[in-house]
Amino acid sequence: MSLAASTGLFLAALARLITGAQGHWKGCPPMAEQRIYFANHQSHFDWVLIWAALPRELRAQTRPIAARDYWTGSPLKTWLTSDVFNAIYVSRTRSTPDEDPLEPLVDALAKGDSLVIFPEGTRSNRGEPQSFKAGLYHLAEQFPQAKLIPTWIDNVQRVMPKGEVVPVPILCTVTFGAPLQLQPEEDKRAFLERARAAVMALKPGGWRE
Amino acid sequence: MNALRWLKSLNSAEQVAFLFVLLFGALLLASIVGFVYSLKRRNDGVDDETDLEGWQRFRHELNIVWVGACLFWAAWVSGPVGATLLFGVFSFLALREFITLMHTRRGDHRSLLLAFFVILPLQYVLVGTRHFDVFSVLIPVYSFLAIPVVSAMADDPARFLERNAKIQWGIMVCVYGLSHAPALLLLEFPGYQGRGAFLLFFLVMVVSCGQMAQYLAASQLRRRPLARRISRSFSMRAWWFGVLIASFVGALLYWITPFKVGQAVVMAFIAAGAGSFGALVMKALKRDAGVHYWGNRSSITGAVGLLDRIAVMCFAAPVFFHSVRWYFKLPL
Repeated sequence: MSLAASTGLFLAALARLITGAQGHWKGCPPMAEQRIYFANHQSHFDWVLIWAALPRELRAQTRPIAARDYWTGSPLKTWLTSDVFNAIYVSRTRSTPDEDPLEPLVDALAKGDSLVIFPEGTRSNRGEPQSFKAGLYHLAEQFPQAKLIPTWIDNVQRVMPKGEVVPVPILCTVTFGAPLQLQPEEDKRAFLERARAAVMALKPGGWRE
Repeated sequence: MNALRWLKSLNSAEQVAFLFVLLFGALLLASIVGFVYSLKRRNDGVDDETDLEGWQRFRHELNIVWVGACLFWAAWVSGPVGATLLFGVFSFLALREFITLMHTRRGDHRSLLLAFFVILPLQYVLVGTRHFDVFSVLIPVYSFLAIPVVSAMADDPARFLERNAKIQWGIMVCVYGLSHAPALLLLEFPGYQGRGAFLLFFLVMVVSCGQMAQYLAASQLRRRPLARRISRSFSMRAWWFGVLIASFVGALLYWITPFKVGQAVVMAFIAAGAGSFGALVMKALKRDAGVHYWGNRSSITGAVGLLDRIAVMCFAAPVFFHSVRWYFKLPL
């Protein structure tokens, strides 16, 4: 087994030890079909939790998004994101005005990969997820065959709050909901609102502030 | 009498081996009987709701005994280091469950790190190295004073006392309580070396028989619950029934312990009583957190958390350990 593959297994095991990293497939079974998982985003740990909750054979074709400027900042970060997690790099700043930031995602989806995206764009600690960015809508429009799976990651903000480096062992869950579809004639705002509500509805015990 | 002489002729390792053969044999028998009974029920088409619930309770309790027996065996074969490590891991998992349901705040982060990565390992190192004098005060004295200091440094006064109490309770139950199980294995009774396993076995047996008897009594006797809003099944009469059965089992088992018959009865009474009240306390904590089981809130499988299985031991073990040590004036 290559170093990258064993590191991936090790990180999944570590995530299990610290958080339990249980995956609850409530709306759909884990399946080898093209999917876009969209989840709330609270911590750098989020992706590792989803990675650990996915069955091993689905991990290779399920790819996270990584901000190019941050995650290629050092050789270790680059190795982690490219070799271990097979991430898709996205630029946060456009170098030319007509560069499409979604292009690498579109390429990956065209190749048949599954994606995990955090449509809030950034990590938030406020409890309620921020409103979703438009990327999810555009991807749903271009790839109607890909299943859109709402995903709720619970508790992870308690494991490692911003500014702390050592995680506290607390059980976390990843809940996968029923696939969503872009309705014909549905406009962007309505769709994004519906997607966000679908994610929030998965919170264990129901949504409450 | 021949059998007793034969037992006496064995050395302590052989006696322990014999004990395990008996224990697992009895459990296997109970499980087989239970399985056959469930088949028969299915054939008879018994479909009574309350009956089903009682049946599930019984199976649940039987599972607890199985888990306890396997743990006990694993702890014994792995020696002092293994036993300490094994229970250390269980403490870790139990504390993780406890903290998960306790809604700590961001300011508790450092205190939790202290609890998980300093106090817990330290407690088990003290058990493994038989430093029983420090071991019995590390948590009630040092950690109970250190945790609030670390919390205060986090500069968050909101619900300060409540947050600290939650963390300290978690440590008390999941770490302090459970660490007495390996301590029993390692306790050195004069003239009783190498037989710590019997003492732990005695405790586990007595407590689980008491629990089973109490559940049976609670389902048979219709009694006024002691604390209706916490547990509908817990009544004083059922408690007495469970504890008296436990004492009786203790008397039957006195020959494997360093106790005389009367002492064994009293020790069993104390342990089972403490364990049973402990279960009530844990139930109150669960009610407070708004859950039926420890373990994960969103669990869809209905899996019962680890803490549900070991909560009784967490209360019974320290009380048993310290009363034995106090009564027999064992050296620190």
